[in-house]
Amino acid sequence: MSDPGEERDPGNEGGVGKDGVHGQRPGREAQIGKGLPGRGGRRRKGRGEKAMVPEAEFTSYYGLPILNPPVWRSYDVAGYFFLGGLAGAGSVLAAGAQLTGRPAAARALKVSSLLAIGGSTAALIHDLGRPARFVNMLRVMKPTSPMSMGSWLLAAYGPAVGAAAVLDVTGLFPRLGGAATAGAAALGPAVAAYTAALAADTAVPAWHDVHRELPMVFVGSAAAAASGMALITAPARETAPMRSAAVLGTALELAAAKLMERRAGLVAEPYKEGKAGRFVRAGEFLSAAGAAGGVLLGGRSRAAAALSGAALLAGSACTRFGVFHAGIQSARDPKYTVVPQRERLASGVPDGG
Amino acid sequence: MSSLVGRNLLAGAEPDVTANAGYTDPPPRMGFFTDTSVCIGCKACEVACKEWNAIPEDGLEFTGMSYDNTQGLGADTWRHVAFIEQDKPMGNAEAGVDHRGGPGDGAADMRWLMASDVCKHCTHAACLDVCPTGSLFRTEFGTVVVQEDICNGCGYCIPACPYGVIDQRKGDGRAWKCTMCYDRIGVGQEPACAKACPTDSIQYGPLDELRERAALRVEQLHEIGVEDARLYGHDPDDGVGGDGAFFLLLDEPEVYGLPPDPVVTTRDLPSIWKHAGVAAATLLGGLAAVFTVHGRNGGRR
Repeated sequence: MSDPGEERDPGNEGGVGKDGVHGQRPGREAQIGKGLPGRGGRRRKGRGEKAMVPEAEFTSYYGLPILNPPVWRSYDVAGYFFLGGLAGAGSVLAAGAQLTGRPAAARALKVSSLLAIGGSTAALIHDLGRPARFVNMLRVMKPTSPMSMGSWLLAAYGPAVGAAAVLDVTGLFPRLGGAATAGAAALGPAVAAYTAALAADTAVPAWHDVHRELPMVFVGSAAAAASGMALITAPARETAPMRSAAVLGTALELAAAKLMERRAGLVAEPYKEGKAGRFVRAGEFLSAAGAAGGVLLGGRSRAAAALSGAALLAGSACTRFGVFHAGIQSARDPKYTVVPQRERLASGVPDGG
Repeated sequence: MSSLVGRNLLAGAEPDVTANAGYTDPPPRMGFFTDTSVCIGCKACEVACKEWNAIPEDGLEFTGMSYDNTQGLGADTWRHVAFIEQDKPMGNAEAGVDHRGGPGDGAADMRWLMASDVCKHCTHAACLDVCPTGSLFRTEFGTVVVQEDICNGCGYCIPACPYGVIDQRKGDGRAWKCTMCYDRIGVGQEPACAKACPTDSIQYGPLDELRERAALRVEQLHEIGVEDARLYGHDPDDGVGGDGAFFLLLDEPEVYGLPPDPVVTTRDLPSIWKHAGVAAATLLGGLAAVFTVHGRNGGRR
């Protein structure tokens, strides 16, 4: 132990010995490198330049993601997106079919919408960490939470679509059934579209940054899926409008997806790569094949209609799984978080809403 | 309370965040200032946090990432100390060791950045905004806390957080994150991490006061040659309206695993709802048009 009388380092003019604390204690502020000779300009510059050499186009903390990726299970949530779309667009088609004298198609679509919304609600509850607390979804009503608005939407839409299906099948209370059919048709498009808002209202780059186009992709995909369901379940003499709707929906979905890829820049990458890329490409192919098959052959051959319908349904499901996985992939790679934010800072323009 | 009508409540500076959450006569907004320039990487904050909040063990892994085996914030890590080893000097400090001729490029200088990360308790908190159950709420101290007796584990808050803070606890199903020791600060105690920090790298106090102190500290570091020093999350005009827990960093945020320009997702909510509404109307209108064109079944017979 050093003698307390010894000369001390000027940076630490105090000490603690057996006889207690003595001398002056340093201030609480750390003085990094203070009092040390400054470096020669030459050497410092050399170091600085070396550190400046970019090793990659962005830096990260050991390559770890910045975001915590969604913990949602793909079958539950992508399935929920798909089934919600199928139900919502199906209710609109059902109402249209009923109004234009296509009762078999109307009935089939009402039943399929009921089953789809039942399945999507089950998927949503299954995905909860605490399924028994599902009713807490209706504890508040928050416009800032698309999931809250969606829960209330389902709470209104579910009974309507249920009543429409049950009253149609049983033939009871036709007026009430008509009202329920109309109600379900009014709420259906919101059910099909809000899931895009749900995905977009997150920090996940591949979802948030495409919030302008994603709802169009979703409603297009929903129309294609519901039309496909009609092609499978309804007689060919009643499905002419659904065959057109399949073409319309597929065209809308593909056009919006192309626009999305063009506008999103770097963040469009996950939609082309890996699992997401495979789902997106399969979705495009199946939707296009289903729509073409339906419109060319669906009116003539029952088998061709069913096959086209199945392709449309599978295409819509693939699109939803593709979007889901693109989001997961973009959240897992810090590149998609850092690079767009860096570009935004460099441009000095805050990203427009 | 200033009027809530006719203002953008989703983004931008928000001086009165607690009063606007409905509290009458709230205490001052409290926060953390984490000065990473004096962090020594002891992880006392991590341990104190785990102990005080009774957070379960979440894996004992060896990562090889310097001294960081924790990796990041999550349901069971509310304080996380990052370690970054760099071949560059800290200010004017000299390592005093010559490694020329040694392995690698013979770098003679290194600095070891250590930083204790935590929930930012954002002014505009995306987790809170998107929570469908109202489980996440704003406390009277302006912090953001999960009510675990209400959370149903929907998981929406997790991808909503622009910092990757909140996460779902495995086997429990609910979302968990830093509460800024709501139980402690309510009785005038400082949070466990700040209490345990031996170098005052973690400072707890009224946010206004911390911001003043932080500005002085940056100035001081610049004066003694630590030109890299910068504040992060202190600016009420940033994408989240300023953080309740902000930092003094010695390198770019992404080096520490922090987003360089985080934006609360709900800032774009009006646009999101508008585009969803247009899409819904397009679906309804498009399908109505299809049926109109096709007309009644059998009508053309």
